Amino acid sequence: MTDNTSPSASASASPWRVFKDHCLKGQLAYQVTQAGQVVFYPRVCAPQTGDDLHWRVSKGLGTVYSCTEVMGKDREPYNVSLIDVDEGFRMMSRVDGLAAKDVSIGLRVQLKMDMTHPEDPLPVFVPLQAGHPGPTGATHD
Amino acid sequence: MIDPHGLSTSPFERASVAVVGAAESDLGHCAPGTSPVDLMAQASLRALSDAGLGLKDVDAVFCATSQIRFATTALCEYLGVHPRTHDGTQMGGSSFMTHMAQACAALERGQCEVALIAYGSTQRSVSRAAASPREFNPYETPYQPVLPISAYAMAAARHMHEFGTTRTHLASVAVAARQWALMNPVAWEKEPLTLEQALASRMVSSPLTLRDCCLVTDGGGALILTRADRARHLQKAPVYVLGFAQELSHLSISNMPDLTTTGAKITGLAAMKMAGVTPGSFDLAMLYDAFTISTILFLEDLGFCQKGEGGPFVASGAIAPGGSLAVNTNGGGLSYCHPGMYGLLLLIEAVRQIRGECGVRQVPGCELAVAHGNGGVLSTQATVVLGAVHD
Repeated sequence: MTDNTSPSASASASPWRVFKDHCLKGQLAYQVTQAGQVVFYPRVCAPQTGDDLHWRVSKGLGTVYSCTEVMGKDREPYNVSLIDVDEGFRMMSRVDGLAAKDVSIGLRVQLKMDMTHPEDPLPVFVPLQAGHPGPTGATHD
Repeated sequence: MIDPHGLSTSPFERASVAVVGAAESDLGHCAPGTSPVDLMAQASLRALSDAGLGLKDVDAVFCATSQIRFATTALCEYLGVHPRTHDGTQMGGSSFMTHMAQACAALERGQCEVALIAYGSTQRSVSRAAASPREFNPYETPYQPVLPISAYAMAAARHMHEFGTTRTHLASVAVAARQWALMNPVAWEKEPLTLEQALASRMVSSPLTLRDCCLVTDGGGALILTRADRARHLQKAPVYVLGFAQELSHLSISNMPDLTTTGAKITGLAAMKMAGVTPGSFDLAMLYDAFTISTILFLEDLGFCQKGEGGPFVASGAIAPGGSLAVNTNGGGLSYCHPGMYGLLLLIEAVRQIRGECGVRQVPGCELAVAHGNGGVLSTQATVVLGAVHD
């Protein structure tokens, strides 16, 4: 018998693979400990405590913490942002749906899975639509 | 002036180790085919010559560069040095402040007599992409931030949002650096820069323009350290290591807890406590200016002004020649030289200023300096306090 909860047990899927599998379902996944500590980026154990981690799916709502308009070579300027996701973690992402120069700190945003590369979906955000319930599949227990 | 008999506040015996040799390698755009280890060796020999010592005296070696995986090993092979003590800690641009702390500890313990710290980079010659390839981070790289610029840009954007800092404030840092650089014969930049020119320069990653970003040059340097008892008998006046501290807070910018407060807040306090000094004591501040926002953040976090007041502070002319605080008198990474990992060059300028060797840019009566190094995307911070000690 293999004890899958032991840190010494081999992982059947890497944290990155589990995250990506959620992305394929249109979900932004993050991790929590039993004590409620929220963890992102995905890891094999919780920072500081080393505790076991369990997956959760975000409601996909957040706020732009900071952002920059990058003047790319041979392409249109594009946005890079740090998003404070409502469940309590920060991630790098991009805000689509408006010009890069118009993305601003404090903007409320919601998840939109970028399926440009269907085998490698990328979680990005768009400005929050009023009354939008957020993506389906969120778990919050 | 530091009281040499003052109470030490740490296990490190204050002023027990001194810098006795300091030198740059060739800087800017080096001769075709020059390697990073060529520059390290060149700087090492110049620093030894400055100290009146030779290769045979070196028994501890500390190096780091992004272009050679085993930088210390490479330099030791090249120079035919077989050190009793060596290390190659790689913390980015602050590595050399960390090396200095390690060298002090090794000298204190009697594990070595003469320590060499060296750096070299040919990033202008071979391109930054070749000199410092970035690792793939699955949670950042797909969004195509131009690193490290976009990380510092987001720190700047956040600072502007929280404290009302402006692009003009940022540009003031670039203008001050340029004014200092025009007094440094080996600085890369040779032409004046106005506030208007800095503001009108090409946007790279908003709010940072080309003039908010450091140079991309070749270059390197070396320092020689020995214990104070021996230092006093060498040819140059010793520059004592009075305090140091280091801190790491994150690797990627997504994981920096607060983009407007750096680990310098911790290292500055700790290094100054070790040295028994306060921010008001300093004649010179050498601050790692890879970007204009960095200077503002470190002025605040090291205690030269209040948090959030860095913008108005620099815009007042405080850090330009003739201002209230001499900052980055070599012209900084913005206008003098930035060979990828710049920290060692901050220490070299601090040593020269304390010795009084800086010609037209000399800070009158410079006896106490802080050199603050930064690595990664505000990731690692390391502060060193250097000073003259009079018996």
